Amino acid sequence: MNISQILFLIVLVIVFKEAVKRYGRLFRNINLGRDDEPINNKGGFRRMMLIAFGQQKMFKRPIPAVLHLFIYIAFVITQFDLLEQIIDGIFGTHRILSHILGGFYPFMISFIEILSVFAFIATIAFLSRRNLLKVPRLNSKDLIGWAKLDANLILIGEILLIIGIFCLNGADKALESNLPEKYHPTGFFAITSWLGPALFGSLPEYYLNLISGFGWWLHLAVVFGFILYLPTSKHMHILLAFPNTYLSSDNPRGRMPNIESIEAEVKSALGIEMNHTPKETIADFGVHDIFQLTRKNLLEAYSCTECGRCTAVCPANLTGKKLSPRKIMMDVRDRMEEVGRKLDDPDFKSLGGDVDNKIGFNDGKDLFSYIEKEEIRACTSCNACVEACPVLISPLEIILQLRRYEVLTESSGPPDWIPMYNALENNGSPWQMTIERDDWIKELN
Amino acid sequence: MQVKTMAEFAAEGRQPEVLFWVGCLGSYDARAQRVSQAFAQILNAIGIEFAILGKEESCTGDPARRAGNEFIFQMLANQNIQTFNNYGIKKIVTTCPHCFNIFKNEYPDLGAQIDVIHHTQFLNQLLKEGRLKIEGGVFNGQKITYHDSCYMGRVNGEYEAPRELIQALDVDLVEMGRNRSNGLCCGAGGAQMFKEDEPGEKRINTERAEEAIGTGASIVAVNCSFCNVMMTDGMKAKEKQDEIKIMDIAEMIRDSMNIND
Repeated sequence: MNISQILFLIVLVIVFKEAVKRYGRLFRNINLGRDDEPINNKGGFRRMMLIAFGQQKMFKRPIPAVLHLFIYIAFVITQFDLLEQIIDGIFGTHRILSHILGGFYPFMISFIEILSVFAFIATIAFLSRRNLLKVPRLNSKDLIGWAKLDANLILIGEILLIIGIFCLNGADKALESNLPEKYHPTGFFAITSWLGPALFGSLPEYYLNLISGFGWWLHLAVVFGFILYLPTSKHMHILLAFPNTYLSSDNPRGRMPNIESIEAEVKSALGIEMNHTPKETIADFGVHDIFQLTRKNLLEAYSCTECGRCTAVCPANLTGKKLSPRKIMMDVRDRMEEVGRKLDDPDFKSLGGDVDNKIGFNDGKDLFSYIEKEEIRACTSCNACVEACPVLISPLEIILQLRRYEVLTESSGPPDWIPMYNALENNGSPWQMTIERDDWIKELN
Repeated sequence: MQVKTMAEFAAEGRQPEVLFWVGCLGSYDARAQRVSQAFAQILNAIGIEFAILGKEESCTGDPARRAGNEFIFQMLANQNIQTFNNYGIKKIVTTCPHCFNIFKNEYPDLGAQIDVIHHTQFLNQLLKEGRLKIEGGVFNGQKITYHDSCYMGRVNGEYEAPRELIQALDVDLVEMGRNRSNGLCCGAGGAQMFKEDEPGEKRINTERAEEAIGTGASIVAVNCSFCNVMMTDGMKAKEKQDEIKIMDIAEMIRDSMNIND
């Protein structure tokens, strides 16, 4: 076993241990939510294949869709490279798969190289859209600070990945062509078979080996870095888009969840029999913290990549109101992270008192520490945000649950709605009317 | 013509073909009342036997539920379901997409299975069955744009029935940039109709009116009385109310027919 193998194994073990910790924390945070009503997702697999795997909804905006597709395919196909690198790293081999796969090997690598070029172009385009062209939805005030940096870090990471692959392949190709008797040929690679010798051909063997090794380690370092970074980043969508679309509900969009305990109370007041026992949940009077949201809601918050398609089509946001559906998702995630941090902090003491969540956590804050009432009050429930999301997130579901809390639990809400409630109770219409309901037929009769 | 109530049908021991659920706007709002009248006139003219609930109708509870007030929603909804059960109501047609949505998607949770259809879907069905005949006449060749209501469009996926009816009028249908699943809300949904806007730069209906004005259409066709009211206000805000009319599709069809009654 050589020194490089030992080093690699140490890194691998550290990364694995740290990843278990970080992903475990994320999974724990999602499980702070309440159970979903029985998940009704018969069509979930089909939606996952079409919408996550097939990127169907991305194509509402064709330019970013194509750019994104390049990076996505390159990402998926590069797993071949990664697999080989891990085997090579453990066993101290070099390009082990080239010995096994024969002619298929250069085909695969060529495929990866071509896609990497496309992905490189797409990444530069994405960086420019964010930082030079200043596409509005990528430069809104939702993203000031960490979110903007996060997005750029991911893109820079992608560029480093691609540089790593081309250094590795390019230096190897230069070695193979300079010293064919010493370096076993691995076949024709579409890009580096000419780019490698052109760039590095004049360098001595020692430097070429250095560049090859540098490329190999750079690629792996960025991949390992990504693995550990993802749970703290919006980029988590590359993994969670799949379970999130799979767990999406078949229920019609226009259906707000029923509150069975209130249904039962009203039915008994009206003398109607309830044909089943009402199921009580901790969200019966709306949602004010992550504990009353469903695990699916929380999974959605981690699946959000902050693209802002929802906010870009939100009628309230478009006309200058404070509501931004993207911000709602980011706020839910931030609150989850805050609760998670406090749970991991041995010095944190829960405040006690009345708490309505299963773990009795109380830090004196809730989602309303992040989301202003003015935001949720501006929603028209038009479903534009739901329609826009490429990975089937519903900010609307959360907004309507927060409203329920404001109205049912706090007995608050927009003052304008109070006359509406009164009229609905007394008159069966949103206005207190003096005319009769069927007055409109008088002109006809 | 005479519009009969369910109670009157029941007294005769009969069931109408369909219950026309008028909705709060259709009952009380002066502009929307004219839509109710137009739809009733069409049904009457082509011999569809329908009834209304009259004074027994009530709000579906949609604005209460979307505002967050589940108690009021449950009160109204369960009372309505009692009324439906009393009369053995199976089929409802409504001119309001919000009423349509809540009957279709939310009342079943409370134990009411209702066959509900929106008036544009109903009229389109009748057109296809040959029971309704539409001729261009007054609208022939006019430039008309159609505003998708959120609750028929995005929420319930109905984009084509209203368009097929409009096209049957031999008009020049021009689309706004944001149409079908990308349609922009009029600003009324989610009980916004019943409150002042939150602070912002402009009203949503003004934004939508501007887009409609941009098409050069002389009529904005709608399938929802909330949209009708909001778009009418939007046109007033842009001082275009004399040049551009907001019309429900039922009114357009009625106007194209020779209805003397």
